[in-house]
Amino acid sequence: MKNQYEDEEFFAPGHGMCAGCAAPIIVKWVLKIAGPNTIVVNATGCLEVATTAYPRTSWKVPWLHVAFENAAAAASGVEAAVKAKGEKTNIIVFGGDGGTVDIGFQALSGMVERGHNVLYVLYDNEAYMNTGIQRSGATPWGAWTTTSKVGEANPIGKLRPKKPIAKIIAAHNASYVATANPAMFQDFKKKVEKAMSYDGPRFLHVLSSCTTGWRHDPSKTIEILRLASDTGLFPLYEIIDGDIENMRITYKPKEFKPVEEYLKMQGRFRHLFKHPEYIKKLQDDVNAWWEKYGKHYIK
Amino acid sequence: MTKIMLRGNESIAYAFKLARVQVIPAYPITPSTLVPEKISEFIANGEMKAEFVPVESEHSAISAAIGASAKGVRVGTATASQGLALMHEVLFIASGMRLPIVMGIGNRALSAPINIWCDHQDMMAQRDAGWLQFYGENNQEGLDLGIMAFKIAEDNRVMLPAMVGLDAFVLTHTVEPVEMPEQSEVDEFVGEFKPNYVTLDPDKPATLGSFGFPEHYMEFKFGQWVAMERAKKVIDEVFKEFEEKFGRKYRKVNPEFVEDADIVLVTMGSMSGTAREFVKRMRGKGKKVGLLKITTFRPFPKEELIEALKGVKVVAVMERNISFGFGGAVYAELGATFANLKEKPKIVDFIVGLGGRDITFNTYQAVLDLAEKALKEDVDEVNWIDVNKEAVYKAEGLQ
Repeated sequence: MKNQYEDEEFFAPGHGMCAGCAAPIIVKWVLKIAGPNTIVVNATGCLEVATTAYPRTSWKVPWLHVAFENAAAAASGVEAAVKAKGEKTNIIVFGGDGGTVDIGFQALSGMVERGHNVLYVLYDNEAYMNTGIQRSGATPWGAWTTTSKVGEANPIGKLRPKKPIAKIIAAHNASYVATANPAMFQDFKKKVEKAMSYDGPRFLHVLSSCTTGWRHDPSKTIEILRLASDTGLFPLYEIIDGDIENMRITYKPKEFKPVEEYLKMQGRFRHLFKHPEYIKKLQDDVNAWWEKYGKHYIK
Repeated sequence: MTKIMLRGNESIAYAFKLARVQVIPAYPITPSTLVPEKISEFIANGEMKAEFVPVESEHSAISAAIGASAKGVRVGTATASQGLALMHEVLFIASGMRLPIVMGIGNRALSAPINIWCDHQDMMAQRDAGWLQFYGENNQEGLDLGIMAFKIAEDNRVMLPAMVGLDAFVLTHTVEPVEMPEQSEVDEFVGEFKPNYVTLDPDKPATLGSFGFPEHYMEFKFGQWVAMERAKKVIDEVFKEFEEKFGRKYRKVNPEFVEDADIVLVTMGSMSGTAREFVKRMRGKGKKVGLLKITTFRPFPKEELIEALKGVKVVAVMERNISFGFGGAVYAELGATFANLKEKPKIVDFIVGLGGRDITFNTYQAVLDLAEKALKEDVDEVNWIDVNKEAVYKAEGLQ
């Protein structure tokens, strides 16, 4: 079914986001689905910097930026004011992985615990891209970044896995939590629509990509993101009212592609190919995850 | 008008209630915790219609305050000491975005060592954050300045956030009789919040908090400068209007016994009450001593200070803050105020009452003794009073 605002744009072109960046695709479609009765709160990051160079703006809905670590807190205040005025408006936060899983984590945790009626959308490109590709709590094991460098003493890069942020937020009893991927478009769209249909705190963990940080061909964004889910590396699921035991996996590839296919398209993983055991470790991790949770896939 | 017994924190909470604050995001911290507690009580009892947001930190309290204020509602919050320091980064954003948030401060020392008692270091450390700063002498002033702060901050010529400081424990936790104005009178006085800036309105979408390049940034900052300068007049107007309506007089600076004074003690906050008694007694002994209490520290009331201190020989600044490596903040600014004038008093700084150390008659006496000495000869520019200097020198290996 076509959303009534599908033909309208609330995120204007002409911004300074890189060619091949997935974040504008995510924002554009979240706003098309949410419609014009929406207030956006944006954490500091590429999206904020590249879309609001004063006096220009890409935002056709009211938009607020306060700082890096407090988008969820600012949104809490906006929501309280909307309530105080007796209005009904969608409040949507966009934050990158740094502003969400690391420096903004406390504010996000507080916002969800207090039950604010806000949709928080994390666009996760798996490192601090705005400051130049530093590792974050969302950087995957084995990724090269400028602060998880690869060398003789460390041939791996980042030595710790990603924070399971969707599960962490679900464990706060958020009303709706889902992982999504703009390359798996129907699933992504359905989840945004579903998130909009719930009240209370909602959280979408959307995988994004960064051409400079992931070191990939800008024309391959969708292909690479699709592989993230087709290899099983970035599983797509949803959790309602904090019921993690009954999480629902919304997409399972008919045939899983080997993780190499995803990794080999990105310069940040190039070093891993010198060590087949590292590729195998990542494949084993994926297999173990699906072995454990695959039963949650419901067609 | 009825008189009721209030602790300083309660006078801030009542100011918020009477000003019909719509959103209060707050986080507990000694000694200002009673403010959100009292607000929570007002709301639970149905006495106040507002959204209380019990945030998870002071950083989030001021961030939520910005979000709410950007939506165009009246916002109040309260904090102290470390909480105010934690807000530091965001305070500049509130003023830079021209959001007239009002914040009650229970003026408390900063760590380390951790200390919950009174001094002014917390607010002084935020001097350059672009907020209006008022310091109350007693709980009546807490209530009155709390109410007036909204009218001043929200004046469309100003649109800047404001802090109202009350001394930790000495005021925040001490019960005093306070004249409580009628709700209808305060409604009439403060009025509705009508921002002249764009707010977060889906019918009129606007981008708030955008990226300012070098070709625009300085104009935003100059706008804050202009607003702070204009606030001087607005403060006078609001003080005067308040006086006409409620009968209590407020001035940015409050000189007493200064006309013929050789020495004037400059004070802020609760120490001013004791200072007044001391000055009266000294006058009884024939000493030409005066008192000048500063109520408004930002904007700094240069013009009034120059006027009030005309002909004074020694100005003894007593202050509960210290900028290490120079001296107290009031001393520094007073010195700069007179720097380019031909006729100027000798200004001597006295660091007193840090971390809740009592300021007693002996303190004033020690200050007066040094000030009298300064009439005749040079004395140290910055003097620490009531400190066991010997113990410190020994610990620092100076003896």
